[in-house]
Amino acid sequence: MADSPVMELRNITLRFGGVTAISDISFDIREGEIRAIIGPNGAGKSSMLNVISGFYHPQAGEVWFRGERRPSIKPWQVARQGVARTFQNIALFEGMSVLDNVMTGRLTHMKAGLLAQAFWRGKAEREEIENRQKAEEVIDFLEIQHIRKTPVGRLPYGLKKRVELARALAAEPKILLLDEPMAGMNVEEKEDMSRYILDVNDEFGTTVVLIEHDMGVVMDLSDRVAVMDYGRLIGDGTPAEVRGNQDVIDAYLGVAHD
Amino acid sequence: MTPDGAPPQSIPALLALNADRFRDSPAFREKEYGIWQSWTWAEAADEVEAMALGLLALGAQNGDHVAIIGRNRPQLYLSMIAAQSVGAVPVPLYADAVGDEVAYVLDHCGARFIIAGDQEQVDKVLEVQDRLTGLERIIYLDGRGLRKYEHGHLTSFDGLKQSGRDARDRLRGELATRRAALDYDDTCVMLYTSGTTGRPKGVVLSNRNIIETSKNSAEFDHLRPDDAILAYLPMAWVGDFIFSVGQAMWTGFCVNCPESPDTMMTDLREIGPSYYFAPPRVFEQQLTSIMIRMEDASLLKQKIFHHFMAHAKKVGPRLLDGHQVGLWDRLKYRLGEILVYGPLKNTLGFSKVRVGYTAGEAIGPEMFDFYRALGINLKQLYGQTEASVFITQQKDSEVRADTVGTATPGVELKIADSGEVFYRGPGTFVEYYKNAESTASTKDAEGWVATGDAGFIEEGTGHLRIIDRAKDVGKLADGSLFAPKYVENKLKFFPDILEAVVFGNGRDEACAFINIDLTAVGNWAERNNIAYASYQELSQHRRVLEIIAGHVSEVNASLAADEMLSGCQIARFLVLHKELDADDGELTRTRKVRRGLISEKYEDLVGALYDGSREVTTETEVTYEDGRKGSIKATLVVVAGDVVPRGMKVAAE
Repeated sequence: MADSPVMELRNITLRFGGVTAISDISFDIREGEIRAIIGPNGAGKSSMLNVISGFYHPQAGEVWFRGERRPSIKPWQVARQGVARTFQNIALFEGMSVLDNVMTGRLTHMKAGLLAQAFWRGKAEREEIENRQKAEEVIDFLEIQHIRKTPVGRLPYGLKKRVELARALAAEPKILLLDEPMAGMNVEEKEDMSRYILDVNDEFGTTVVLIEHDMGVVMDLSDRVAVMDYGRLIGDGTPAEVRGNQDVIDAYLGVAHD
Repeated sequence: MTPDGAPPQSIPALLALNADRFRDSPAFREKEYGIWQSWTWAEAADEVEAMALGLLALGAQNGDHVAIIGRNRPQLYLSMIAAQSVGAVPVPLYADAVGDEVAYVLDHCGARFIIAGDQEQVDKVLEVQDRLTGLERIIYLDGRGLRKYEHGHLTSFDGLKQSGRDARDRLRGELATRRAALDYDDTCVMLYTSGTTGRPKGVVLSNRNIIETSKNSAEFDHLRPDDAILAYLPMAWVGDFIFSVGQAMWTGFCVNCPESPDTMMTDLREIGPSYYFAPPRVFEQQLTSIMIRMEDASLLKQKIFHHFMAHAKKVGPRLLDGHQVGLWDRLKYRLGEILVYGPLKNTLGFSKVRVGYTAGEAIGPEMFDFYRALGINLKQLYGQTEASVFITQQKDSEVRADTVGTATPGVELKIADSGEVFYRGPGTFVEYYKNAESTASTKDAEGWVATGDAGFIEEGTGHLRIIDRAKDVGKLADGSLFAPKYVENKLKFFPDILEAVVFGNGRDEACAFINIDLTAVGNWAERNNIAYASYQELSQHRRVLEIIAGHVSEVNASLAADEMLSGCQIARFLVLHKELDADDGELTRTRKVRRGLISEKYEDLVGALYDGSREVTTETEVTYEDGRKGSIKATLVVVAGDVVPRGMKVAAE
């Protein structure tokens, strides 16, 4: 079902002490869409993403996942449910190789016990081969074969971003959360990354939720855009609708141009 | 070769023979998902059959053209043989060709089918599809990103094979008939020359051309079924067709395809080919990267490296040529093999190289000796598309940096009065497709083909020496000989210089454009704490200009020593603000300088070299990889070279 919401956020309010980061926000994420969240700095976008990923627990409001209310659970439990993410300021294991970093994305799929893994016997061996296969498919997909064995710390920024996406993809997520995937990239890197995001959505049917500042990218990629300002939702709709919304224009976009 | 003695008359027939002879040994390998996947000869034959049946199901006719575009992959090689199996002619295209180039070729050969490697290639074809009336179907190999495309004209590779297998019973007879009808003089492949001038021409090569040439050259170098090559050069290039299809099918050795262009070096090391070809540029890059890495090594390692390399240079090439070498030197060379040469060759992926070739450009004697000193049997050959590659090649015991060897078995050579080299032989092409005029002006009634290169055959040894392109050889205003390519090659032998273009035909003096090599110069800058923000800035840095001026002086000094060419000394030069690029049309796809176009495009800069300016401001249009255009502005400094006055040498004598 293409249009059914896979996740719904109902009246979410999130406070840090006296500061209200998110106040009474509701929106949904549909199966298979690319959903953007935009807004000026400090609007609460990343907080929103952290609510979705289960890292923050809102003081009020409900998160509905696949038609069921999601209780307050730990982020790793959310990850098990098929939600993977990348971070605004890259969070990779710098000393480990690209391949090993991508393999950590498979962690939620590893079921063999510690002892079995230590001796690398039976199930552990089978799992390892299967997980390596998946990791290699992602490496092939994102075209990072040439840096497979390179320690992440030695990579340029644009490639690190791609490796982080690879790690998230290795988890075979149903929902992929991308926190500013294109921040700090040059035009060519942005185009590559856009291509990969579209391909992921296209090829695996992965639902993508992304926060991004580059309006061109957001408007081109997204099916629907949610606009936040000072923790409130001030617009929600297709890129064209959002572009025409007066509140949004005032708050953020400036003047609509053809 | 065949049990009944008759040589196979086509590539599909050779494949069938190999599937029988070598059944379960690997025919092709490709690294995918981090593992080397292989196709045995039997599997290859099976896959070719499925593809061929699929093409028949699509209605492929005898004499159709099937274009192939993409990077080197086993399936694409096999699809060429599949096309041949149904009587069609495969036309491989350069994977990095832009839309217009693709459109021209597809239109010119009237291709009905194109087999595209991936989305990038499919997009390129779709973009120009409206202009092409003959194109019926695009078959793609890697379906990534193509899921949502409208599939009216698109078929996946698996779809093609499936439809072939489904129609097996119905079409098997037809396929057998077509295969059996393939004649020695039927077209084997059509290759478009990259064309230093004008539009590319379709060179028609027959089965005879390819098979005879493959046979002669394979026997010349004693290639064996257990040899292995790495197929990484453009599939549209005749050399790749001869090495990866012709010789591979004739000999039955294994063709290995890299995982991606970026992993070439790693894959080379993993495969360790025994038969290897690379243009001088690749050897140059490898040497540069070794030297850069050596500079970072500890002092002890550096000392050992330099000590043993000096020894290798002294005795290595002589050992390789089978000359007598003293016992002590041989023992020391053995020790060096353990300490330096062996590990170095292993790092480069050259441990197993039995036969290595380079061609296309002149190779610097020092670089050539470096590899030979390590014990790598690197040789030179001279060839062109119209000859099915081989015109001359070097025998194992007669390898020299300054010649291109003797005529390949079966090939005859002659030098015209103008100095131009002519050849004829079994590999001589049939014709240029739909271009009788060019065919007639290139190949005469007796089958002699003009190479377009000026050269001479050395007395005594019979080795061919190439000086320059015949049309480029000109005269300076005072009537002395002007050979720009010769000078450019001398300049390019310096690691700091990536590309050079020398002007001077009909002028008083020779002047040059120079491209710095960003890897080498960038590394030098880093080492010397020189900050730069862009290629442009680095290229104009005072100290970079000083270094280049030093190189120019050296070249001038060596030119001055040559009576014939002393007029070609570089009087002035400038370092270009951008790298010459095939996307801007400045180089051909095989990276040869397009002299005419460059002198037109940079008319202002050439003018500045000759009108006495000290510097010149210019604006240049550049094409990005996605086809968009931009421009860069720069102010370039005109530097004077140290010219050794003519007559000085005479005075000294």
